[in-house]
Amino acid sequence: MSAHHDAHAGHDEHEDDGIPHVHARDYVLGFVFSVLLTAVPFGLVMAGGNANPTLIKVLILALAAVQVVVHMVYFLHMSPKSEGGWNFLALLFTGVLVVIVLAGSLWVMFHLDTNMMPMTPHEMRMVP
Amino acid sequence: MSEAVTLAPPSHGTTGTPPAFYDLEGRHHPQNGTLLGFWLYLMSDLLIFACLFATYGVLGRNYAAGPSGADLFELPLIAVNTALLLVSSITYGMAMIAMQARRKRQVLAWLAATGLLGLGFLGIELYEFHHLIHLGAGPGRSAFLSSFFALVGTHGLHVFFGCLWLAVLMVQVQRMGLTVANRRRLFCLSMFWHFLDVVWIGVFSFVYLMGVLP
Repeated sequence: MSAHHDAHAGHDEHEDDGIPHVHARDYVLGFVFSVLLTAVPFGLVMAGGNANPTLIKVLILALAAVQVVVHMVYFLHMSPKSEGGWNFLALLFTGVLVVIVLAGSLWVMFHLDTNMMPMTPHEMRMVP
Repeated sequence: MSEAVTLAPPSHGTTGTPPAFYDLEGRHHPQNGTLLGFWLYLMSDLLIFACLFATYGVLGRNYAAGPSGADLFELPLIAVNTALLLVSSITYGMAMIAMQARRKRQVLAWLAATGLLGLGFLGIELYEFHHLIHLGAGPGRSAFLSSFFALVGTHGLHVFFGCLWLAVLMVQVQRMGLTVANRRRLFCLSMFWHFLDVVWIGVFSFVYLMGVLP
């Protein structure tokens, strides 16, 4: 390691420190996209009078998903090639776990809620 | 490290090509592990937030005859908070650009701007929490409010520790300059900061915006 370091000493520290090179253009583009993707859902909810709430909810979630990708690409510099592909792999794995946790919890608890017999307080006291 | 590279058993590469981290060309890639390790920490943190989001998703409509999100949330305040966090993302980006150009004073100025925006975010969030508890809508009022305070509070706690880390790094950069170690730390904090902004996208969309809709 030290031999390599000496060979590169004083050569170009930018290439050598292992920190990804970032560009101002990425941050500006990401910022512009994010402002749009934030302003639209806020506008929809704050100004949208009698629009279909379900449609607005779907739109909010879709725009949030797009904005997460924008942040990952432009601010976190995520690409399938960064860090030799390992952090993208970790992200994919975590994404799968997040989907399982979220979808699984909502699905199971929603069904539990609809399939349970409603109980009166009197019945609850009778439960062994 | 170079010994390990040359002594690596060739039998490991089953497909004929060696794995990517066996640097047989002798290129020098230091500190690679720190950034990847920090990314793995962020992913585990993401799982914590996923659990809190799932809890809120299940309990978020159980008001226990108490106030609902439509009664409590003040969207203009949330919009200001979102804007503060978003602007703090780009000011941190500018700090990274200045760091690449080795402009120490610019780095410190952008970091200070980022920290102030973060503190502003925390101030508004604390005001909101105080206001809610003052109204009698504290975390003990209903399942909705318990999960709300757990999720938003955990995010706010992360922002607080991000600000603390930022202040410590500013002192480090001030005293020791933009050394390799400090640049690596600044990059790790940039990932942490942008990651918190990503989580906040989920919070303002899923909790606040969808919470005020019927």
